[in-house]
Amino acid sequence: MWNDAAQRLPRTKLRELQLVRLQAQVARIDDRVPYYRERMAQAGVLPEEIKSLEDLVRLPFTSKAQLREGFPFGLSAVPRSELVEVHMSSGSTGKPVVDGYTRGDLELWGDLMGRTLDMGGVGPDDVVQNSFGYGLFTGGFGVHYGAGTIGALVLPISSGNTRRQLETMRDFGTTTLAGTPSYALYLAEYARDHGIDPRSLGLRKGFFGAEPWSEAMRHQIEEDWGIEAFDIYGLTEIIGPGVGAECPEHDGLHVYEDHFYPEVVDPETGVPVPDGTEGELVLTTLTRQGTPLLRYRTRDVTYLIDEPCRCGRTSRRIHRLMGRTDDMLIIRGVNIFPQQVEEVLLRIQGVAPHYQLVVDRHGSMDTLEVEVEMTVDCFSDDVADILALERRIEAELRSALGIQATCVLVNPKTVDRATTGKAVRTIDRREVRTHV
Amino acid sequence: MSEQQLEESPAGEARPAGTGAGESPVDEHIVELGQVSVFLENRPGNLSAVARVLADAGTNLRALTIAETARFGIARLIADDTDRALAALHEAGFTARVDKVFGIQVPDRPGGLADLLQVFDGNVSVEYMYADLKGAGTNSLLIMKLEPVDVAMEILADAGLY
Repeated sequence: MWNDAAQRLPRTKLRELQLVRLQAQVARIDDRVPYYRERMAQAGVLPEEIKSLEDLVRLPFTSKAQLREGFPFGLSAVPRSELVEVHMSSGSTGKPVVDGYTRGDLELWGDLMGRTLDMGGVGPDDVVQNSFGYGLFTGGFGVHYGAGTIGALVLPISSGNTRRQLETMRDFGTTTLAGTPSYALYLAEYARDHGIDPRSLGLRKGFFGAEPWSEAMRHQIEEDWGIEAFDIYGLTEIIGPGVGAECPEHDGLHVYEDHFYPEVVDPETGVPVPDGTEGELVLTTLTRQGTPLLRYRTRDVTYLIDEPCRCGRTSRRIHRLMGRTDDMLIIRGVNIFPQQVEEVLLRIQGVAPHYQLVVDRHGSMDTLEVEVEMTVDCFSDDVADILALERRIEAELRSALGIQATCVLVNPKTVDRATTGKAVRTIDRREVRTHV
Repeated sequence: MSEQQLEESPAGEARPAGTGAGESPVDEHIVELGQVSVFLENRPGNLSAVARVLADAGTNLRALTIAETARFGIARLIADDTDRALAALHEAGFTARVDKVFGIQVPDRPGGLADLLQVFDGNVSVEYMYADLKGAGTNSLLIMKLEPVDVAMEILADAGLY
């Protein structure tokens, strides 16, 4: 297997490796990142006091809000001349989160994504069609570098252009598809609607992520395409895809523990929970150079599986993701926060910031409907005025969210008012989560 | 809708003393009427609820039309008591406003509408219209939103239609 030695490292050796890397990383961060130096001083921790993996809990957490405050390079551990690539993740409000990569980070990324593809049996004879979006988001480039590392032929087709996706599969003999699971379903539907049996296209493997998906969806995708489908996991803040992935056992995702140390904590208290107990996944980068992170709170809910996997890899697995600790939704692979909708509505004069998100799936594509309350201020006897208002709201939402949403105007006071806790109601009708 | 009209017809403002339908006569056959328009969510039972609110408020309707789009509708109505209708709708939580429209009597015979529109001669735009065809005596009552209002008033005053 790719990185064979690393993946089969006996657990005691793995933990020794993790400790050595953690100590080096903490010392480096303390030395080079003023923000972390301050946080560690506040927490009363010196790098040399990290003597065992248990001492990790003495280090402070890092939150997304703190990363946003550092926009763009506040948490960088290297001078800018050493950064060679940047990727970004949208934030709920204000600035996005930036991940800066050194040349070494890019090699690591390629390596870990190579590991991912190799785990799924992909090699130099394969043709990888990469339908993840290329650009500032991490999906496209992550798979691209991974394919390059293991010597597969990559088709950097990016997202969209569905007819061309199918033609490309035929023309180039695609064996492997990478993308979001909902796009895989949509592509299959589109193919059938146009008289093409997706199973006849010769694909064998698929690697899907960037949004939650259930066992039922996996079976559907495998049925539709005649492929073996693998779940892949990552997040921009850590490296992008390449934090972990499924092996052929399809029983949880191996976390690449030699590079990212996983913890699962109680989201309220921050106290680590025992393996097997659900909580919030927290990740510490052990070898990242450009933007290393200590105990980053992912807001993803899962649990750690300690039992050895039948595949022989010694890394612990996480259960496929079971939910979020915050309001965030993932719609068509894009992170959406309800607060973004509120901001848009507050910007438009006369519109009340009372809204409700209705997320659904028609066929295989996610849909987002934003119900907005009508007010006397924006009402008119003229249909054209109200249509113009709908269009304006939709245009502003498209610009702010990055995806198309339908604006439906509703009677006043039908949307739940803000109470304590969650500010807005989101109705998610999709059946996407596997929940224990 | 022009800025001016928004100022003239702010939703919910008390109507000046006049008839219950907010009528201001222009001449014998032409009045300015207060029209209540109501936002209609595209939801089963919504229109029925609006009708029931008006009924419970003792409102009798003289004319009514509904403009629809894919996602919502606007009900436009001439009520026997504009203020009462508006108040009842607001109290029940519906979004409603009052705008001035023209009520123009035309002979209830072929050519009644065509002769009127000919008088406008392209100088007045009919934004929308509906009708109370059994209106008044031998005349039909056309309810029209006309732009620009001042030009429409002038033309109608000089028209000598009757």
